[in-house]
Amino acid sequence: MRVNLTVNGQPRSDEIEPRLLLVHYLRDVAGLTGTHVGCESTLCGACTVLLDGKAVKSCTVLAAQAGGASVTTVEGLAKDGKFHPIQDGFWEEHGLQCGYCTPGMMMAAVDLLSRTTNPSEDEIRHALEGNLCRCTGYQHIIKAVQYAAEKMRAAAGR
Amino acid sequence: MAVVPKFVGERIKRREDPRLISGTATYVDDVRLPDTLAAVVLRSPYPHARINSIDVAAARSAPGVVAVLTGGDLKDKVGGIPCVAPAEHIPFHPLLAQGKVRFVGESVAIVVASDAYKAQDAADLIDVDYNPLDAVSDPEKALEDGAPVLHEEFGNNLVTRALVPNPAVDEAIAKADKVIKFRIVNQRLAPVPMEPRGVLANWHQASGHLTIWTSTQIPHLLRSGLAAVLGLPENRVRVIAPEVGGGFGAKLNFYREEALVAYLSRMLGRPVKWIERRRENLAATTHGRDQITYLEVPVKKDGTVLGIKAKFICDMGAYLQLLTPAIPGFSGLMMTGCYKIPAMSFEQVMVFTNKMATDAYRGAGRPEAAYIAERTMDMVAGELGLDPVEVRRRNFIPKEAFPYATCAGLVYDSGDYNAALNKALEIVDYPKMRAEQADALKHGRYVGIGIASYVEICGLGPSVMLPPKVPGWESATVRMEPDSRVTVLTGISPHGQGQETTFAQMAADAFGIDIDDVAVVHGDTAIVQYGVGTFGSRGLSVGGAALMMSVGKVQDKLKKIASTMMEAPPDQLTFANRTVALKSDAAKSIPLQAVVDAAYGWKMPIPGMEPGLDATSVFEPAGCTFPFGTHISVVEIDPDTGVVKFLRYIAVDDCGNIISPLLVAGQVHGGIAQGIAQALYEEVVYDENGQLVTATLMDYAAPRAQMLPRYELAHTVTPSPLNPMGVKGVGEAGTIGSTPCVVNAVMDALKPLGIRHIDMPLRPEKLWRAIKDAKKA
Amino acid sequence: MFPGQFEYHRAASIKDALDLLKRYGDDAKLLSGGHSLIPMMKLRLAQPAHLIDVTKIAEMRAISESGGKIVIGAAASHDAVANSSLVRDKLGLLAEAAAAIGDVQVRNRGTIGGSLTHADPAADYPAAVLALEGEIKLERDGGARTIKAADFFLDLMTTAVQPGELLSQIAFAPIPTGTGYSYQKYPHPASGFAMVGVAALVSLDRSGKIASSRVGVTGLGAKAFRASAVEAALAGKAADAATIAAAAARTADGIDALGDIHASSEYRAELARVYARRTIQAAVARAKA
Repeated sequence: MRVNLTVNGQPRSDEIEPRLLLVHYLRDVAGLTGTHVGCESTLCGACTVLLDGKAVKSCTVLAAQAGGASVTTVEGLAKDGKFHPIQDGFWEEHGLQCGYCTPGMMMAAVDLLSRTTNPSEDEIRHALEGNLCRCTGYQHIIKAVQYAAEKMRAAAGR
Repeated sequence: MAVVPKFVGERIKRREDPRLISGTATYVDDVRLPDTLAAVVLRSPYPHARINSIDVAAARSAPGVVAVLTGGDLKDKVGGIPCVAPAEHIPFHPLLAQGKVRFVGESVAIVVASDAYKAQDAADLIDVDYNPLDAVSDPEKALEDGAPVLHEEFGNNLVTRALVPNPAVDEAIAKADKVIKFRIVNQRLAPVPMEPRGVLANWHQASGHLTIWTSTQIPHLLRSGLAAVLGLPENRVRVIAPEVGGGFGAKLNFYREEALVAYLSRMLGRPVKWIERRRENLAATTHGRDQITYLEVPVKKDGTVLGIKAKFICDMGAYLQLLTPAIPGFSGLMMTGCYKIPAMSFEQVMVFTNKMATDAYRGAGRPEAAYIAERTMDMVAGELGLDPVEVRRRNFIPKEAFPYATCAGLVYDSGDYNAALNKALEIVDYPKMRAEQADALKHGRYVGIGIASYVEICGLGPSVMLPPKVPGWESATVRMEPDSRVTVLTGISPHGQGQETTFAQMAADAFGIDIDDVAVVHGDTAIVQYGVGTFGSRGLSVGGAALMMSVGKVQDKLKKIASTMMEAPPDQLTFANRTVALKSDAAKSIPLQAVVDAAYGWKMPIPGMEPGLDATSVFEPAGCTFPFGTHISVVEIDPDTGVVKFLRYIAVDDCGNIISPLLVAGQVHGGIAQGIAQALYEEVVYDENGQLVTATLMDYAAPRAQMLPRYELAHTVTPSPLNPMGVKGVGEAGTIGSTPCVVNAVMDALKPLGIRHIDMPLRPEKLWRAIKDAKKA
Repeated sequence: MFPGQFEYHRAASIKDALDLLKRYGDDAKLLSGGHSLIPMMKLRLAQPAHLIDVTKIAEMRAISESGGKIVIGAAASHDAVANSSLVRDKLGLLAEAAAAIGDVQVRNRGTIGGSLTHADPAADYPAAVLALEGEIKLERDGGARTIKAADFFLDLMTTAVQPGELLSQIAFAPIPTGTGYSYQKYPHPASGFAMVGVAALVSLDRSGKIASSRVGVTGLGAKAFRASAVEAALAGKAADAATIAAAAARTADGIDALGDIHASSEYRAELARVYARRTIQAAVARAKA
């Protein structure tokens, strides 16, 4: 079947098998390998991308279901050669070690920051409950999200 | 010209991160080669069964399928998976089951197809006729007469028995005021690196070269192993550990799939890729811990511990992986902890069961030891009515005693255990916290304070301490390039630890150049000289020491050249701000680049000097390092549900000198998280018939952000005399301190109810039941 | 990780979906958010030959008020329900239950109709839908029927939905002002599902006594249920701690409780009693506020 969708702002049209998962579409068809697979039970969140602006686990979405939608992956976060504030936050606060959970973690954080501009530590922990990290113990990830929130508030003049 | 700052000891953002946060890093599954085939492994659903037959006809003719292999196809064509640790019984460890399966998840067949979907379609068509056999999952039952025998050739399930006798312990037991006896369990855990394992092999027929990308912590050791198993010359095998998404010991190994995929690529003349799924990762990647310990601890009334006698039952699983029977040794040797206990003895019985093999998992034997030592201290305090702080102080090795030879024959390099304990007590405000605890109890609230003063063995290590073929040295090459930038080739294989940053900090300071002028390369056997790898918190203390040896050699050569140019003796020279300068007068200097130009012979070769600027060194440590610290947690138990809530978590760690404070904090945080996970949440569960219950992350409770506390960190600094940096290692410290700390806190909270000990993980139900029973009694 | 082969159909309307269902019969599965079905397909525990995607049917995603009822389209995501101002204002209990499901990614994708028809015994929604006495609309070729929540859940992963039927919407009477509510769950430490979840609605009379209550429980047994013994024990009584505790003690009466490595049936039953007590107390506190 043919699927038409937008990935990181670029319209695409591809012939796919209906059973192809969105994460495999992104990695193997679109060639965007920044989105990772960490489990097959919709649990670890490594495969998180934005689907029409909202965080979803792309291992549990068929590429066919994403037809007509707009997908943003980690590769689409930076703009004009500059990192997104969440990327700056993870770098600045040492929010990653092995880096495997990081793209999904950042996409979940972007969803959170689209809902609230100044999340508390508790709210951040709650918002990231769909993402597992095995390296950091989460504390630096929380600081990374707080860093991004502050930077985004400053940019918005709030 | 801007002044080049110092980097060691500063808060430095990691050099690795831009590729990782932009999604452009290359993990194994991200490597793309044309015409790559996908492999899917068919695994046993049975813990123990004879294979009557395997029908692969339908799978072989399924769309897209290129090859299907079973154990029979490999018989006598390829070797088995090696175990380098000594043991009485080491079974042949096949790549695919030979006539019998011995654990759930054992590989039975492998299908190679044009893509993974089609490979799975075909795998579903394989018909295996199994004859199920009785299985055994309890290691104590596996030793009983009449237990199902996994490897018939041995007649029973004994792997090996290790004895470290000492009659002094029995004498201490005879004359002690009291002998405290208890049984504790370090349950089986799954390492769960976020990136599962994965392998891509590419055989180049014309040159007879094999290249393998694999998610490993030990590319060089794996190269040696693969070459041996496949019968290839080692100089025709190239192993690349690309970006590796966490290991925690699980990737310090040599796995069936690594050899299988290589074999298939050679057989088919095409690249073949296998990517592990999480279900496979939980079933067929090594597990950790799984030790039962029976303890006898003779004490004096004042809390002095006179000895420790232990019997361990260690569950090895169905086969032996690279280091499987070597892990428990650390638990025995380190179980006296930070304490000047005069005598110890132990017996370890290692056992086959119908489970996945155990092997190294973050801490590898030392978390078990620290758990024994620190539960012992709290047991002693509880039985004698003493404060756990007092008991620890009474038994600590005093700081004047270092280097200290323990009764187990280890030599602790340096330490000041009271300093770390005092700092932690100060942060938590111990007297105030005890008062608050007492007050809470009056209101029916169960608050507990847990203390763990740990010491661990790191910087593995002198080669004599490790099994053959896994040596303890490490290598580094330092090359100053013609433009005076530095390339470091290190034999360690970091996978999140951040040595691209720490090593760059060290090299930059040594040469007076910017951190951006240093590139650190690792994880490719075709580029990097033979090395050992990253495990046992050895990256910095051993790999970094090798780096500094090579740095020193290049510095010496630069100084020698500069001394002829500056007419000053080499020992009067130093490196700063991209110059070689007089130590006594920094203004008298020449540009580093001018010296480099001379070294490369661009202008005027120095007579009698070999052109070029590089050096390779191997550091063989004289001994292990022994990081230590004290962790304190404060918890509250909800008596209605048994749920544990953290009120505080304080970690005071001493890892010697600190090169990169931000990265040290990250290592400690992550370690604490995994240690808390052992204390409260995680357990690999097989039922009594050997079926794997925790088969997915829907059952295996790896903690999420909300399940963990905020950590309050502090440090004491006691340098190690064993390496030029004075570092000790920090990769496992958090894991080792946190597990007993949290268990001690929970038990402290339940002490008023007369509850003495509950085995991990401290699931709410266990606590609820203990509270209910205690209240009933 | 790799589903078997199937044909994908995107339904443009409810009628379209029903026609496809009729054409493919047992070979077809309706697909909404896919967060129950796709995981099963990845393990090849489900291998439907046809998937009929209903998420693009606008009326099935709508959340609206009509005829005095709040109507939630079956394909509304948990996130849409949790954050709908209409639901939060007039059906706060449902919003609270929706917000407690899984994690943000699951809530962004999973749908109320999908969750209800899957009827996982540990799902959050059923407790709230039972307590709110939702009316579930099932469309079929040539008509529709409405079924009460109490008659919807039949057994473990079994509902009253018949072959050829499509769950299109759920309608609820708004929660009257002065009625307090609460949904609380004890999450499974690994999966995040409700090991036990309790939804309570409590109305007080002028004297502060409990005029009526509705208590829905999920996670405990093979299917979610109304704890009628608890409700009966509360009726007409003073809304004090002792009454609530005594009533909550009956939450697990007559229920064959589930058990796993994280919670035995005995412990689950106790959790149900504790959580019933806590949710009822929270609902009373809100009713008083």
